[in-house]
Amino acid sequence: MEKPLTKNIDPERGPLDIRGYERAGGYAGFKKALREMSPQKVQEEVTDANLRGRGGAGFGTGMKWSFVPMGDEAPRTKYLIANADEMEPGTFKDRILMEGDPHLLIEGMIISSYAIQARAAYIFLRWAYKRSEELLRKAIAEAYEAGYLGKNILGSGYDLEMYIHVSAGRYMCGEETGLLNALEGKRATPRAKPPFPQTSGLWGKPSIVQNVETLCNVPGIIVNGADWYKKLSKTGDGGTKIYGVSGRVKRPGAWELPMGTTVREILEEHAGGMRDGYKFKGLLPGGASTDFLVEEHLDTPMDFGSIMKVGSRMGTGTMIILDDKTCPVAMLVNLEKFFAQESCGWCTPCRDGLPWTHKMLMAIENGEGRMEDLEQLELHCNFLGPGRTFCALAPGAVEPLQSALKYFRDDFEKHIKDKQCPWRK
Amino acid sequence: MLSEEEKKEIDQELSHSPTRQAVVIEALKIIQRHRRWVSDDSLKDLAEYLEMSLDALDSVATFYSLIFRREVGEHVILICDSVSCWIMGYDTVLDHLKKKLGIDLGETTADGKFTLLTIPCLGVCERAPAMIIDRETYGDLTPERIDEIIDKLK
Ligand SMILES: Cc1cc2nc3c(=O)[nH]c(=O)nc-3n(C[C@H](O)[C@H](O)[C@H](O)COP(=O)(O)O)c2cc1C
Ligand code: SF4
Repeated sequence: MEKPLTKNIDPERGPLDIRGYERAGGYAGFKKALREMSPQKVQEEVTDANLRGRGGAGFGTGMKWSFVPMGDEAPRTKYLIANADEMEPGTFKDRILMEGDPHLLIEGMIISSYAIQARAAYIFLRWAYKRSEELLRKAIAEAYEAGYLGKNILGSGYDLEMYIHVSAGRYMCGEETGLLNALEGKRATPRAKPPFPQTSGLWGKPSIVQNVETLCNVPGIIVNGADWYKKLSKTGDGGTKIYGVSGRVKRPGAWELPMGTTVREILEEHAGGMRDGYKFKGLLPGGASTDFLVEEHLDTPMDFGSIMKVGSRMGTGTMIILDDKTCPVAMLVNLEKFFAQESCGWCTPCRDGLPWTHKMLMAIENGEGRMEDLEQLELHCNFLGPGRTFCALAPGAVEPLQSALKYFRDDFEKHIKDKQCPWRK
Repeated sequence: MLSEEEKKEIDQELSHSPTRQAVVIEALKIIQRHRRWVSDDSLKDLAEYLEMSLDALDSVATFYSLIFRREVGEHVILICDSVSCWIMGYDTVLDHLKKKLGIDLGETTADGKFTLLTIPCLGVCERAPAMIIDRETYGDLTPERIDEIIDKLK
């Protein structure tokens, strides 16, 4: 099985330097793009490959690029930004890519920058990822030295500068317009859309924000073509995917597998199944802001469309497992506390609604809940849902809650009836 | 007063930044690297240096959770309190640290050595529970491992 994203990753040896990376076939996509392909042609190849964004929403990458103004009339300054904020609870895939093969991200960023004719590229990195920062700084310096960054790259007349911004911590920095504000040195509150970042983003210039894993897919597509890329997958969404599992399983970790591998295969074969003495109760398929799935969904392929059909989202593809010895209500208390704390406070439903939700859940967990609270919680899921708030943080926050109320209803009710948490005795 | 060293580092950031405002977060981090935290006085000096109003600067400084606007100890212990670590034993880690240091969350030990805080998901969920101290991440925490880590920093 081909593993274009992780083939160079060997934790014992450590990441490859630029020479090792090139010997392993690296920077071939970059050279092909700059020497043989027009920016339009690069965009077309990525569109044909059906590469969908790995940051959580699954938006078509080629489609996103197509909104950037191109040609002589277009603004001279444009930006490409790698979103390496990775603060979605339960998510650790971008870190593995950056620590394992930093040049892959840089190559993907140069090709993608060329495709939209960006003049500068930023890596927006979370503070906790110190090792990623060190490795990326070294890799960027090597790329400059090789003439792959800077002025007149490979004699093509194309110039590109690359910078790293290390964030000072806030989940909202990962939201693409919040990220742009953070890069401009402001509070990471989101911006109204339109205008979309593709036409007016960083400092008002056309900008593309792309997840780390998305960008790491680009070199392979350019070297091997869209058809090769589509064939890597078991389903309609192209390529491979880094899937992860955390919680009480035998082997928590992350693996590159064909897109569309089933939840069951990831959980049982790769993560080794549940630890002895623990039973599976449910899972969040792609980070904290996705709906729970339960036993009946285990044979669903992990891809954007299939997970959507069973009422959740693939999100970041890193699953969090709920076991039978962990209280689902207490888990919701933990999740909603995170979202309430990370709300940027810009819009009222989220700023006021999330702390309220957290408090109601705490009351239920502490045996002080009433049956009406469940209706109140459902009402909040609705009031904080898609289209009712300024950004996607609040709709994400209610996804685990609305599905927990559906699948673990009995557990909620038992807390209320018994006036105590059945898991805390 | 900003030190010469701080000014030099901030100037370095300004040299490739399209606007002065854009270096704010980096500048706050620079001050913090030199002084552990950002006091009202430091903030005033920085506002002057970046030609910004104090309020505008403070509104940014208070937004980011890793900019400390209150005094912290020599080592800031940030324990991950997000879902995967919570499932895998955050409570045990927290209890052990509280007992060991004799402080609660948000407090600093009397000798000024350690401050105890939480942080959202550190992105090492496969090694939960985890914490980060002085930008070093520690996973698979047990009370014994915590003792080892803390004793080394003492
Ligand atoms: C609150 C919030 C946090 C987000 N955090 C991240 C993040 O850390 N990394 C990321 O790639 N996308 C994150 N996103 C999604 C981004 O807004 C954006 O859709 C993504 O970076 C686009 O990249 P992609 O098309 O390659 O997926 C977040 C969204 C929201 C609403
Ligand atoms: S939904 Fe929440 S995070 Fe998003 S803008 Fe509104 S208050 Fe801010």
